[in-house]
Amino acid sequence: MNPENEADAPVEAETEAEAPVFQAVVDEKNDGEIEAQMRRMSRRSFLWALAAGAGTVGGLKWIGSRRADDGIPWPLRRVLDVNGEIARDVFSTARLAPTFPASKAREPRVNGDIGMGEDFDLASWNLGVSGLHSGEDLQLSLAEIKKLPRVEMTTELKCIEGWSVIVTWAGVRLADFMAKYPPATQSGDAPDVRQKPDDLVPYVGAQTPDGAYFVGLDREAALHPQTLLCYEMNGEPLTLAHGAPLRLVTPVKYGIKYLKRLGSLEFTARRPEDYWAQRGYDWYSGH
Amino acid sequence: MKRLEKKHSLAIRWFHWVNFPVLFVMIWSGILIYWANDVYRIGIGSWTLFKFFPPAFYEKFSLAFRLADGMAWHFVFAWIFGINGLLYVLYLLFSGEWRQLFPRRETLREAIQVVLHDLRIRKTPLPRAKFNGAQRIAYTGVIVMGFGSLLTGLAIYKPVQTAGILPFLSLSLWGATGYEISRFVHFWLTIGFCGFFLIHVAQVVKAGWNNFRSMITGYEIVPAETEPPVEAPAAATRI
Repeated sequence: MNPENEADAPVEAETEAEAPVFQAVVDEKNDGEIEAQMRRMSRRSFLWALAAGAGTVGGLKWIGSRRADDGIPWPLRRVLDVNGEIARDVFSTARLAPTFPASKAREPRVNGDIGMGEDFDLASWNLGVSGLHSGEDLQLSLAEIKKLPRVEMTTELKCIEGWSVIVTWAGVRLADFMAKYPPATQSGDAPDVRQKPDDLVPYVGAQTPDGAYFVGLDREAALHPQTLLCYEMNGEPLTLAHGAPLRLVTPVKYGIKYLKRLGSLEFTARRPEDYWAQRGYDWYSGH
Repeated sequence: MKRLEKKHSLAIRWFHWVNFPVLFVMIWSGILIYWANDVYRIGIGSWTLFKFFPPAFYEKFSLAFRLADGMAWHFVFAWIFGINGLLYVLYLLFSGEWRQLFPRRETLREAIQVVLHDLRIRKTPLPRAKFNGAQRIAYTGVIVMGFGSLLTGLAIYKPVQTAGILPFLSLSLWGATGYEISRFVHFWLTIGFCGFFLIHVAQVVKAGWNNFRSMITGYEIVPAETEPPVEAPAAATRI
């Protein structure tokens, strides 16, 4: 930079000749130069700051005003789906949800009645199963399902609202169910649920009998050893309010995936629709 | 006679200012999430001094019935919060700037002097340093808090996948599980951030324009006679 360009330095003082005054003049001129330099830098930096600030506000507004994809702006939906894919990669069926002594179990609140209409006949209930390797759809009675090994566990139900409760659940592992009634495979080869789970179709859809409530699970969550087709809660058969005769329980997901009054299961290559995911929530919703 | 002194590197200024909108989005979306189960308060037994938050607060800033919205924003911007924080800490470590920021043996004593000075009890000026004892504690503390938010956030976000590395998730103590405690701590850390923000802004206002400007430009104007601050990274720089 060139000090001659500086207009701020007072000139009239330069006529003074005495040394201390001269020094003061030099200082003052120098100070003026420093101030001018700072002004130039500030102008540049503050313009940057202004641009960055405007860009940030614009960017946030842009995200917030995008077309909704299932209830939230699509850029957010894309990231949630990427988060879900990353979580699927990191997920291990070997990682178990913490379990607690049964004495800590409590009665969970009844927090949803979608798909739980009055016109339901418990006696004529069957579980519909489709998307099997056999190509045949099944109607299974509760007695048929109960032939699989009974599993009991005390885990924490975590509601997406932010509360949680420890509950003892009993039922059969969905993984055992899938081993007995193997889903279709992607390769078309004979399914091997235990040894070659990656070849199975990647999703399971579940619905209430009236189809009003529905959830989707990824294959890994379905095969997790703590994912149950549950028929008992805290040592008692499920009550109607808690999803009798059979419900989904999976501590690797939020409570929204614990579908009550299970009507049908479908193994599928396409990601199933999910009631709450259609309403702005994360489809994966996994833990 | 004055001179320009380099105070904050470009990297530090970016880390600092990126945090501003990111923390704003995180706290705002955090409140949207918190609303769905707004159980925390200050009080003893059945007596409540303050409930987080009064209905009028949600209403005034339209924060109610937006859980899904809140979760979506929160789990997108958490990436930026985490990455920015991680880069900041790595930068501090590798640049050596941690030496000016982390507490030292004499920091607590210094910090007490700073508080006494701010309360006008100590009359003599404080020794000149880039960060005084109180700042060292506050700025290091806020890193620890950020780390705590990240960790408790992760604990709430993926409680099963992280239970192996965060053993407290398997606990159930005094009627609360590790998961519930994580949410509680996550909330209070956020209140802590808000407190930090208020004090920080008040101190910046008090320190004046020259200081504030240095967080934008990187430079501060200082009288030439001033000693460079103790343990300054580089001598006074002229452009």
